[in-house]
Amino acid sequence: MSDFTSGFWSLWVIVLTLGGIAFCAWLLLATGRGVPRPADGQGVGTTGHVWDGDLEEYNNPLPKWWSNLFWITIVFSLVYLALYPGLGSLPGVLGWTSTGQYQRERSDAEARLKPLLDRFAPMPIEAIARDPEGRAMGERLFLNNCAQCHGSDAGGSRGFPNLRDGDWLYGGSPDKIVETITGGRLGVMPPLGAVLGEQGSKDVAAFVRSLSGLPHDRLRAQLGKPLFVQNCAACHGADGKGNQAVGAPNLTDGIWLYGSSEAAILEGISKGRNVNVSPGTLAMPSFQDTLGEARIRLVAAYVWGLSNK
Amino acid sequence: MGNEATFNYRVVRQFAIMTVVWGIVGMAVGVLIAAQLLWPDLTFGIPWLSYGRLRPLHTNAVIFAFGGSALFATSYYVVQRTCQVRLFCDRLAAFTFWGWTAVIVLAAITLPMGMTSSKEYAELEWPIDLLIAAVWIAYAVVFFGTIAKRRTPHIYVANWFYGGYILTIALLHIVNSAAIPVTMTKSYSAYAGVQDAMVQWWYGHNAVGFFLTAGFLGMMYYFVPKQAGRPIYSYRLSVVHFWALIFTYMWAGPHHLHYTALPDWTQSVGMIFSLVLLAPSWGGMLNGIMTLSGAWYKLRDDPILKFLIVSLSFYGMSTFEGPMMSIKTVNALSHYTDWTIGHVHSGALGWVAFISIGSIYYVIPRMFGKTAMWSTRLITAHFWVATLGVVLYIASMWIAGVMQGLMWRATNPDGTLTYAFVESVKATYPFYAIRLVGGLLFLAGMVVMAYNTWRTVRGSDAVEAPIPAAVPAHA
Repeated sequence: MSDFTSGFWSLWVIVLTLGGIAFCAWLLLATGRGVPRPADGQGVGTTGHVWDGDLEEYNNPLPKWWSNLFWITIVFSLVYLALYPGLGSLPGVLGWTSTGQYQRERSDAEARLKPLLDRFAPMPIEAIARDPEGRAMGERLFLNNCAQCHGSDAGGSRGFPNLRDGDWLYGGSPDKIVETITGGRLGVMPPLGAVLGEQGSKDVAAFVRSLSGLPHDRLRAQLGKPLFVQNCAACHGADGKGNQAVGAPNLTDGIWLYGSSEAAILEGISKGRNVNVSPGTLAMPSFQDTLGEARIRLVAAYVWGLSNK
Repeated sequence: MGNEATFNYRVVRQFAIMTVVWGIVGMAVGVLIAAQLLWPDLTFGIPWLSYGRLRPLHTNAVIFAFGGSALFATSYYVVQRTCQVRLFCDRLAAFTFWGWTAVIVLAAITLPMGMTSSKEYAELEWPIDLLIAAVWIAYAVVFFGTIAKRRTPHIYVANWFYGGYILTIALLHIVNSAAIPVTMTKSYSAYAGVQDAMVQWWYGHNAVGFFLTAGFLGMMYYFVPKQAGRPIYSYRLSVVHFWALIFTYMWAGPHHLHYTALPDWTQSVGMIFSLVLLAPSWGGMLNGIMTLSGAWYKLRDDPILKFLIVSLSFYGMSTFEGPMMSIKTVNALSHYTDWTIGHVHSGALGWVAFISIGSIYYVIPRMFGKTAMWSTRLITAHFWVATLGVVLYIASMWIAGVMQGLMWRATNPDGTLTYAFVESVKATYPFYAIRLVGGLLFLAGMVVMAYNTWRTVRGSDAVEAPIPAAVPAHA
């Protein structure tokens, strides 16, 4: 056990714990001893001390059931400490650990569920999506693990993609969906406010709105086009149709992750998106460790099935 | 300032009145955040009124402003009366009142602004923590100074509990609040990782054990026998349960961290000492309730005694529930659910608030040369409204908590969870509504108390009672 830096501390804990229990036992013995219980109908006397005019104390013996309750908890504690880890680094007779309990429960569950999952292993994703049981399991996994961000109807919300509209940031093939769930995704839009300046940013925003036919300032859009080609086309393409290889959204299809208002687009251009994600974390997390391959394929089948009926 | 022939009632009076005021403030914030759980957009998204900032304001206000004022008022009253001597150092006592009030006002300003150390029940930032430490040390000096110059040969049992609570809170507050300041309003804990969590819950559970239990047991040991006019049931029982309680509470903190990164042995030790704590806790309840044996009829028409005795029933219930919840298998169901909220409020409303209310009803008239509040019927009304409020509150949270725990662990045959988290939130709505009604009733009771207090105090002059001659020690 690595909880202690030296054997001394383990001993320290053992002595204090047992000493503490012994102290409780001694208290009970010392205060219970030598008091004759008054006969029926005969009262006990007070201690003789008086405070504040009339405050006095009887000296009744400890109620029997109460001392017994105390003794039971003391004995229970000693038995528990013998069976379970508690006395310093002593592991306890049962060899129980919380990690062991977790691993056992998990492996029991995996063993029980294996036949259920194995049925889908040879099936292609498309076939799982058409299998009622496979789709139902995928949906339940989705509700447990994905609905927190993408919504229980998979309709998404601001910043979290809609998964049933047929529009894909990284591609909607079964393999791509499995890849996204397995490895996670982090699409970063760099902030361009400093490069474009305030007027330039507004010009680009107007051009971006023109791509999907939204009302826009024609003059600004004209001024924005060359700026777009120069600063944005590398990811979003010269025609603004995006690039699934880097997760750059298509700007012409009228589907907006952060909203289509001029203010929302301007915010994305000047401040970027996902810029402050901490190192080592992802916007869309990896589910490899949480779900494992077999379950990821079920979720992928459900998600794929949402837009491929 | 005062003279040595009278008790210092000034500071008792100040804290007693502020108990009523802070009770209303703290509980009103509680009602507001209970309503926010039902209607999340209730405060229009105003950051200062958001749930996350008001929740610590509620806990700080009810524990430290309402409960703290009740403890200051009664401990100052009890220690003087039972030592039969004036409070030690009037100036220092006055400092504790104004200092404590400053802490509460600063909390009410900084918490809604979002300034927090993020440690539960210890959210206040470091400059306020320093002020708390100064006030608390002054409190200890006043209290133990009074004990030192007492005219009675023995120290009354209530003062053991008050003394234990004052010493321990000083230790807990100073150790847990150790932090490295970054700016005037931001600091980082002196501890890291799981050690920080352990120190925090060592503090957190002892805040319950000493602030909310030992202190209020002190109150119980004076006001129950006084109001009942009967001697304490058993001196012997008070000795064993006092020492066992203050010793064992110190170990119980790890049960807040079951099934976490805390080492298994620490969790086991926390659990077994929580179980050992059952009998010592019940010792206090027994000693209080049995004090009334032979005089049960007094409960019928004395609403103050009703408050005191019912508080002990809630105390017994909470201190049974607590050890049960500390058992790992029970905790696996109850942890993170509203069951915990129900448990805390059966202690906070049923025990802490009830015993405080009963004691303050006893103290306030005596601060103004009277023997009773303006209206006994209003005390009775307060009692029934508050009792109904507590019952609605804790019953709804029990049901909600067990339901949440069962929903979270329910699985389908394919191993997936049967319910998404949001479904458990949705299912809790009706219980949040019942809880809000319970909280409103309890708050309404406090408003009745405030009215009764105002009528009692209005037009009366504050008194400084003369100190009676000490009763000589028995041979």
